[in-house]
Amino acid sequence: MNRSEIYEKLTEVFRDVFDRDDITLSDETTAADVEGWDSLIHITLMDAVEEEFDIRFDMKTVVRMKNVGELVNAIEAQV
Amino acid sequence: MQELQYPFDGRYLIKKKRSLKRQLLEQNVNFIDKKVAVLGGSTTHDICALMELFLLEQGIRPEFYECEYAQYWEDIMFDNPELTEFKPDIIYIHTSNRNIRQYPSLNMSEDEVNALLEADFEHFRVMWGKAMDTYNCPIIQNNFEYPFYRLLGNADASDIHGRVNYICRLNDKFAAYAREHKDFFIQDINYLSATYGLDKWSDPLYWHMYKYALSMEAIPTLAHNVSNIIKSIYGKNKKALALDLDNTLWGGIVGDDGVENLEIGPETSMGQVYSEFQEYLKQQKDIGVILNVCSKNEEENAIAGLNHPDGVLRPDDFIVIKANWDPKSKNLADIASELNLLPESFVFVDDNPAEREIVRTGLNVVSPEIGSVEDYIRVIDHSGFFEVTNLSADDAKRNEMYKENAKRAKLEASFADYGDYLKSLEMKGTIKGFEPIYMDRIAQLSNKSNQFNLTTRRYTRAEIEEIAESGEYIDIYGKLEDKFGDNGVVSVVIGHKNGDVLDMDLWIMSCRVLKRDMEFAMMDELVHKAKKAGIRTIRGYYYPTAKNKMVLDFYGLMGFTLINEDEEGNRTWEFKIPDDYKDKNQYIAVNAG
Repeated sequence: MNRSEIYEKLTEVFRDVFDRDDITLSDETTAADVEGWDSLIHITLMDAVEEEFDIRFDMKTVVRMKNVGELVNAIEAQV
Repeated sequence: MQELQYPFDGRYLIKKKRSLKRQLLEQNVNFIDKKVAVLGGSTTHDICALMELFLLEQGIRPEFYECEYAQYWEDIMFDNPELTEFKPDIIYIHTSNRNIRQYPSLNMSEDEVNALLEADFEHFRVMWGKAMDTYNCPIIQNNFEYPFYRLLGNADASDIHGRVNYICRLNDKFAAYAREHKDFFIQDINYLSATYGLDKWSDPLYWHMYKYALSMEAIPTLAHNVSNIIKSIYGKNKKALALDLDNTLWGGIVGDDGVENLEIGPETSMGQVYSEFQEYLKQQKDIGVILNVCSKNEEENAIAGLNHPDGVLRPDDFIVIKANWDPKSKNLADIASELNLLPESFVFVDDNPAEREIVRTGLNVVSPEIGSVEDYIRVIDHSGFFEVTNLSADDAKRNEMYKENAKRAKLEASFADYGDYLKSLEMKGTIKGFEPIYMDRIAQLSNKSNQFNLTTRRYTRAEIEEIAESGEYIDIYGKLEDKFGDNGVVSVVIGHKNGDVLDMDLWIMSCRVLKRDMEFAMMDELVHKAKKAGIRTIRGYYYPTAKNKMVLDFYGLMGFTLINEDEEGNRTWEFKIPDDYKDKNQYIAVNAG
């Protein structure tokens, strides 16, 4: 799976979790850029991403993630 | 919504919770509103979110109060204006083994371990007592899951210093407390986490990252389970099973294969698994679940199959057997109307996915994806359709009562005059003010009655007790016996005094005694008691729901005058008690000893 394919799937996950169709993502997107992306929904998001890509993040990875680009890196490393 | 039926995809529910909630709220359902206080020893945000989905699915619209992080104990023990104002209908205390303050250490003597156990238990016991006194509502407390590691290995279970042993003992004390206290319920997460898989349940990542005591993926399982307790408390359990026969209760098709070739009984593995399923179903009768057959078969073949010498269930175990070639949705609707139950009180069990779908879409009846025969028991069991919270003596006798009703129907058919039939029943009624031994049943009836229910107000046992003690109410229960048997408590009437006016809060009757004159007997007793209390006017109220159309004109029938009806169909009736009130009931000997 290449990066743009990952982005396509990831955007779907975000849209499902936030229940909004207008979300777009880039490497620089952070929690501050998406309305309602708080620490609580972040947990849901991580779980949904793991499910979608059938992967498992370890704690270190989750703790250090700073933006969507790093999230995509973490996914890329496992798929 | 099929997505919320066990076996559900928990991760899908987590991901889609927002849109699922929206869809659930858009359904045309008469929700009952309940205030749920969730007091956690860990994060509870997503637990509430998932509980909301499962409760909405059960027709309960919850409003949540969540304590600050891990403040479950402080929230109850100290003055809490916010929670007091919230007025919870139910309190759910979600703690975990992360909240056990101290475990035994290896150098402790047996006495020291025992003292520690007492202290840890006391921490909870004191809190429960305070919660009951302050909020006077049902409390659900989950017990403890096993620890995710064992210092002593297998000896952790037997050595008094082992955490496994310690948690078992604590759980035992929780259970004993539940046995001794009404309106206190244990959610058994020790069992739940075991069936889920303890390692997956207690994934430490979720504790250290998010302070969840269980993994995100396990939350739907927890929420589904506690929602089952709540819907059971509010009378939303299913009441009956409608069962297919071929390849559901036995292997093979009785009409094609013949009785002698059916797979049931100890001879083969397939036979054994069907036997175990039949045994499981037979046990359901003990908790008051009504068994019925809904099958496409010649009736003769169906009965022959049920008389298989190695079968566990017999024709006699079923109240209604419908075996014909009509659509199953029609047969199920007929069974429901014969039993005076609503179709939605049924669970339909069939190995054929097409039949399940017909019954689901045609009747809005739950029909689980039961999988292969070896899965049947697990799916039905884990679905929690019949979650037991208040097992009354009536539950165990329920199948008998429906049997007696069938006999009454036969007798009725033999009389040309309905009055003669009623006379022949030799009915005896006990109609009195609330008494302690019936408090459970009265509360249960107030939560279960939907059709013969004028106001659809629900009461907990605690509220019923309060009414009985306060002196501001006229409260009456009615019990009906006849020559075929005892129907138990079947009607409840509550009115509150307002000067010389009595405002009726509740008038309910079990549909199994419809058309027996019981409502007249209740009316007579109500009038007698009202007169004695100096009441001159009784005001009755009818609030329409999707289910209570049958009592739209009930008060009219009782001689009340309609004085108001608003655009929602809410009706107010009035009855001026005449000095020479004549009893309406002619057939029931009331309080004759």
